[in-house]
Amino acid sequence: GPGRARAARAGRWVRRRAGRDAGRMGGAGPGAADEHRPVTVVPGAVPRRQLCFAWGPAEVLVCETLFGRAGTGEGAPSTSRVFVVRRDQDIYIQTLRKLFNESHGIFMGLQRSEEELAGKSRKAQLVQVSKNYRSVIRACMEDMHQAAISTRDPALQGQYSTQVSILSAMELIWNLCEILFVEAAAAGPLLLRLLDWVRLHVCDVDSMVREVLSSENPSKHKLFWNVVDIFVLQGRMDEARHLLSKEASANPTSMNMYKILDDLMKKMPVPSLGNTQTLTELELKWQHWHEECQRYLQDGTFASNPHMESICKILLGDEDAILEKKELMTTWYHFLVTRLLYSHPTVKPMELRFYAQSSMDLFLGGESSPEPLDMILMAAFEFEMHQVIKECSIVLSNWWFVAHLTDLLDHCKLLQSHNLYFGSNMREFLLLEYASGLFSHHSLWQLGVDYFDHCPQYGRVYLELHIERIPLSTEQKALKVLRICEQRQMHEQVRSICKIMAMKALRNNRLGSALSWSIRAKDAAFATLISDRFLKDYCERGCFSDLDLIDNLGPSMLLSDRLTFLGKYREFHRLYGEKRFPEAARLLLTLMTAHIAPCSFWMTLLTDALPLLEQKEVIFSAEQTYELMRCLEDLTSPNPGSAPFQDDDVETTKVEMLRLALARNLARVIVKEGTVEGS
Amino acid sequence: HGDVSAKFCSRRSADALRPLPPRLQSPDVFATDNRISIWSSGDLGNAGLNGEYHGEPRLLCDIQHNGDVMDMQTLSANHRWEKAHYHVDQDTSCGGAACTGVVCSNPEIVTVGEDGRINLFRADQKDAVRTIDNADSSTLHAVTFLRTTEILTVNSIGQLKIWDLRHQRNEPSQIFSLAGDRVPLHCVDRHPNQQHIVATGGQDGMLSIWDIRQGTMPVSLLNAHEAEMWEVHFHPSDPDHLFTCSEDGSLWHWDASTNVSEKPSFLHQGGRSTAYLSHSTINQSVVSAWLSNDPTKDRMEITNLIPNQTLSVNSLDVLGPCLVYGTDTEAIYVNRQLFA
Repeated sequence: GPGRARAARAGRWVRRRAGRDAGRMGGAGPGAADEHRPVTVVPGAVPRRQLCFAWGPAEVLVCETLFGRAGTGEGAPSTSRVFVVRRDQDIYIQTLRKLFNESHGIFMGLQRSEEELAGKSRKAQLVQVSKNYRSVIRACMEDMHQAAISTRDPALQGQYSTQVSILSAMELIWNLCEILFVEAAAAGPLLLRLLDWVRLHVCDVDSMVREVLSSENPSKHKLFWNVVDIFVLQGRMDEARHLLSKEASANPTSMNMYKILDDLMKKMPVPSLGNTQTLTELELKWQHWHEECQRYLQDGTFASNPHMESICKILLGDEDAILEKKELMTTWYHFLVTRLLYSHPTVKPMELRFYAQSSMDLFLGGESSPEPLDMILMAAFEFEMHQVIKECSIVLSNWWFVAHLTDLLDHCKLLQSHNLYFGSNMREFLLLEYASGLFSHHSLWQLGVDYFDHCPQYGRVYLELHIERIPLSTEQKALKVLRICEQRQMHEQVRSICKIMAMKALRNNRLGSALSWSIRAKDAAFATLISDRFLKDYCERGCFSDLDLIDNLGPSMLLSDRLTFLGKYREFHRLYGEKRFPEAARLLLTLMTAHIAPCSFWMTLLTDALPLLEQKEVIFSAEQTYELMRCLEDLTSPNPGSAPFQDDDVETTKVEMLRLALARNLARVIVKEGTVEGS
Repeated sequence: HGDVSAKFCSRRSADALRPLPPRLQSPDVFATDNRISIWSSGDLGNAGLNGEYHGEPRLLCDIQHNGDVMDMQTLSANHRWEKAHYHVDQDTSCGGAACTGVVCSNPEIVTVGEDGRINLFRADQKDAVRTIDNADSSTLHAVTFLRTTEILTVNSIGQLKIWDLRHQRNEPSQIFSLAGDRVPLHCVDRHPNQQHIVATGGQDGMLSIWDIRQGTMPVSLLNAHEAEMWEVHFHPSDPDHLFTCSEDGSLWHWDASTNVSEKPSFLHQGGRSTAYLSHSTINQSVVSAWLSNDPTKDRMEITNLIPNQTLSVNSLDVLGPCLVYGTDTEAIYVNRQLFA
């Protein structure tokens, strides 16, 4: 299955990819300088036109200019189009989104995990996190594999298969890093882990095994000895012995040889995971066993059966014998582990680098040069963590892998916090890059927020810049963005986003929505703007629009003075409509005397007072009438502070009518109040 | 309790989820993002030993959709009504407005949107049967049927309105609003049996229960989530149970059934965080548990059904013993043993 994709294939892929994505990001290592820069053709752009461009956060904006290519001298008006050219296509691959989402969950879990746990339990916890990441990669690989088999589009199929290879390589690298860095396996268990690693990743034994075992006569199958050999090379003694027993039963003449070999294989000392023996004990036993194998070989016990003899030589760690099985092992790191198993099972972590280098040299033998994947693994064997991260950054097409791996290593306290030249450390740099990439996606940006939260130095600034640029296509999206800003006390951004939404609403004549956004931002200025709009509508049309809003303002009325006025003014109209004239009158007066009403509206208010003044019954008291007169005078007299009074015919007539009505009312009310009646 | 199966569906799943009616063997589920998909969540043929199904939801079919899907309903019909919601001018490309809610009662379909418009469609007719322009000056967030001819809407200035579709005038027949700040209301649901009981959820995460026969203010306000409450649902067959989900990543199960005191309340199945709110009385025959105000009597049990919450739960639905919800982490979760 995909879980055991051939690493060689992955290695070749990785090199091709590095070629295509040359010039990837700053900090490109020595490899990148050699690759030729690819040319991207912008689809739809006129070929002979010069293009101009501008960098964006995750893309380049390109547009055609008037100028033709140098030398042609042509120039002509072009269509006014802007192209958006994006690098990172990976975030748009459906199946990879699962990787991003699930790993986000694991990342968050890690950040929140107990730091107080020390020693073994902390290490176990970190190893579990690492395993979780790897299982997510594998799950994604499965999905991608399924997608590759089920699609009929060859281009898509190619893309998916490529992705499977990449994911497989990533898991390979991550697994090795887990063994060497996170778990930091010590001599003894180290070899066991490496064996597991090789068995899981390196070559596709299963299909071969199935083929042989399911055949009628397994020991006669042409691949029989291949399978036995690979079992031995991978230290799978029980399985090798099981197969060999079939050979023995089919071939009684070699029974003796078989028994000896079987015995040797059974007795081989291997490191154990528990503490049942010390390294010294193991070494002693191993030495003893090694000598026994040596004796049998030298005695010529296996001379008549070259296959068995070869196995015995492998057991003795004979490099040439092992190298003969190059085709089966397929990679130098398999060779490395096999060598270690049979020559130095108690290898210490720090000794790995020597064996690794020599293994690679021996295996490649000068015929081929190492590929990027090989270099990455070599860097890991040399415990050069920074080198591993750097190389991975160069060859992989997005930051997912290095960001998460580095974060994990940082939690293991393995990275020195040496600062990069612009100030933040490597972990933060990679997380920032990764999260920034997420922000260009219409939905994955939400994950990016959490990553920024865990970048102590620059995370907040990055978040502030990115979050304002998220396109707010629906209100629900705007609400989500707002919630994120509010939770982080990003008040500037809250105000800015609410203003944008309110303006949009206002332009679409959704006054209620606009008010709702102003309330959310507690934006008094905007609330004033909206109220002015309502009042303008009223003046033009003579009636209120959106009564459902104005009648139900509630406490939000207090957000701005103008809004309060609007609410109260509407209340006045309601009172008038319900014929509660004295209350209406009182309210009207208060609106002016308490300066709730803007000066520009006083004329309208006074005009509204007219019908009240001309009622049969006297409504305004003397006191109130005096007040009204004063208001009118304030309005009409040329006051240095107030606005110049309109001096045209209509206005003059109005003022005249008011003066008359006020005077008449005053007369009536004086008489009424002066009359001694039962009142 | 661990019978939740999850599937990462690689799309921002569930701005809406609805189960298909149970003429199919087990509740199937819609999940949406920019695709409208039908998933099968339970194939009884694959049940394990205890009748538990451990598989992931399987995708049955889906179609592409332009734009976020905000709401869904099920209906046997085959039609698209384009440009049903717009600002100002229907035909300009930036004039479109989001359609935020849809409800149907075969064959009628009602939609509401950010343009404050209410549209009434019939499944067999090409054009809208009726449109109420500018029904609301703010955004209408959700709609549901109150009776066959009346609908309820909630808007972004905290108002709950009843519209009588028989009347031709374009005014709501009743307006309810919250007492304090005009906090936007995002979701509404009606009690399945007692049609005067309505629940709404607000932007501040508050759950309000209304009795629309009396007064214009809610009967009770329950402080619930820490962020917008996106959906509220009464359990269709067991309406003493209510479910709410929120931007804060939690999904709460409100249990107002009066026999709560008989359950071993302190011996709950592991892992759930529970909180108690003293709320309802014993008088179950006449007054619904939701309306009673006596805090000294029986309690209402509230449980958060999500153990490790991260991102928002956008949508949920419940049918029988099955609860399904979708989150912003692009996953759908199905819980088939809700009352176990």
